[in-house]
Amino acid sequence: MTYQAPQEDLYAVPGGEASPLLIARNVTKYYGAMPGCLDVGFDIWPGEILGIVGESGSGKSTLLGCLSGRFVPTSGEILFDRADGGGLTDIVNLPEPARRRLMRTAWGLVHQNPRDGLRMGISAGGNIGERLMAAGERSYGRVRGAAEDWMDRVEINRSRIDDRPSVFSGGMQQRLQIARVMVSEPRLVFMDEPTGGLDVSVQARLLDLLRVLVRDTGVAAVVVTHDLAVARHLTDRLMVMKGGRVVEAGLTDQVLDDPQHPYTQILTSAVLMA
Amino acid sequence: MSLLKDAEGPGGGDAARPGDPHYNFAYLDEQTKRMIRRCLLKAIAVPGYQVPFGGREMPLAYGWGTGGMQVTAAVIGPEDVFKVIDQGADDTTNAVSIRRFFQRVTGVETTEKTGDATIIQTRHRIPETPLKADQIIVYQVPQPEPLRKLEPREGETRKLHAYSEYGLMQVRLYEDISQFGHIATTYSYPVMVNGRYITSPTPIPKFDNPKMDRMPALQLFGAGRERRIYAIPPYTSVKSLDFDDHPFEVQRWDKPCGLCGATDSYLDEVITDDKGGKMFVCSDTHYCEMRRAAGHAGPAYETAKAIDLVHDDEGADR
Repeated sequence: MTYQAPQEDLYAVPGGEASPLLIARNVTKYYGAMPGCLDVGFDIWPGEILGIVGESGSGKSTLLGCLSGRFVPTSGEILFDRADGGGLTDIVNLPEPARRRLMRTAWGLVHQNPRDGLRMGISAGGNIGERLMAAGERSYGRVRGAAEDWMDRVEINRSRIDDRPSVFSGGMQQRLQIARVMVSEPRLVFMDEPTGGLDVSVQARLLDLLRVLVRDTGVAAVVVTHDLAVARHLTDRLMVMKGGRVVEAGLTDQVLDDPQHPYTQILTSAVLMA
Repeated sequence: MSLLKDAEGPGGGDAARPGDPHYNFAYLDEQTKRMIRRCLLKAIAVPGYQVPFGGREMPLAYGWGTGGMQVTAAVIGPEDVFKVIDQGADDTTNAVSIRRFFQRVTGVETTEKTGDATIIQTRHRIPETPLKADQIIVYQVPQPEPLRKLEPREGETRKLHAYSEYGLMQVRLYEDISQFGHIATTYSYPVMVNGRYITSPTPIPKFDNPKMDRMPALQLFGAGRERRIYAIPPYTSVKSLDFDDHPFEVQRWDKPCGLCGATDSYLDEVITDDKGGKMFVCSDTHYCEMRRAAGHAGPAYETAKAIDLVHDDEGADR
């Protein structure tokens, strides 16, 4: 399925490109004979947030894995605008070193469990600075400065900069993980259940933070979630997945307020509205 | 030694050869030595790259220099002059036993004089006397992977090396500065070899790191437990990692060596009594003795004599 790209004037970011950042076409992934995701296609534009919702086992994480280069899709193509003059690049067939370089510069990956995304034995400042140093930053002062700046931006007290994430609370760990990813100013961030496992008040703060960051930096994001409230607050567009297929897609409010597909109708009516 | 002679019995039946005839020359069998030499050639061709090899059991526990011994066994010949140091000293247990081992299985001449040796096997130090182009220094390596403490997965560290993704190592230095205000790593200080591979210099003090840079001697590294060999060919650039605003520095001492008065050598702290008395002495015993024989004297020589650290007749033959 292909979807209408949003109008430029609505989603244009300052200095933004007039072409999609990421194009997925017919992405299919089989685990042996078992389908993970089937025939998924969409565009992501600069500064846009795409939500993927669906029950567990619906292929959300498989799709995210394919998009972020961790899994190789069985068929289909995924094109990314590398902004280095190379134009759209097929990331499926990109050599591994180049893909890894892309992953730690132009992309970010926020894991559901911060322990998967953070280095637990290294201080918060070291975690934030890693991407900068990987990109060749050799000034301690500048790394430190950036780390302090990002501690502020994700609302962690600067005095915790030399503490290890293992002594942080769950919410702080998740915010630290976001800082660690955002410090390299990626253009596309993949988030897998970013608010999973957090209590409601912490979730709300995190959502606020994500919204601010996304609006400030103009980063595009793909957010996988099973929480429709997260989708409602964070995303511009929504894809609903079931059994590996996209059953409905559109503007978030549209999908949630006027669901067309029977599954989406069940999904939205199953949520307790506060 | 011909294969025919090999068939005659242990040690090739070469009665003229000095050393224990019950062992093949240099203990290892010829096939093993050939395998190790091939790994060494590859290691030299790709400076700093860790080459896996089929590590053999040596008559010594892992951690006591089995890797270095296998490398030495593969390169040593009857004409070589062999020196072993452990933490700079020729007379510590590890050095003595390895030296005696090779004396027995090869019959080569051994020495304590850095300048006379053609092969120097070392644990944790590089001699103070600059090495020459016709020498080989063999390091005993406990952990060949400099990234191991930061990345426990072997497959991942290999990728990090293959793709030159070395941000992680810089993180380790960052952690030092953030905790201690300076780069507090004093040994196993990571180096970049030939501008390509980050390499563990083995637990030598960082004081010795500058000696590795463009060293005229061939540097070979053997890790027995981890079964890795790597090498730094002569005159190869070896750069210690650092930050622009926290440059690499070596240790400094306020006092000279208590025995020989040297101010340019790596010093060990020696406790002299149970009242807080201490002195600093050269860790490189041969260097210290050489200087004393040349007439240099340190401020604490009498103290050292009182606790049997030195005797007047030492170093007389140097």
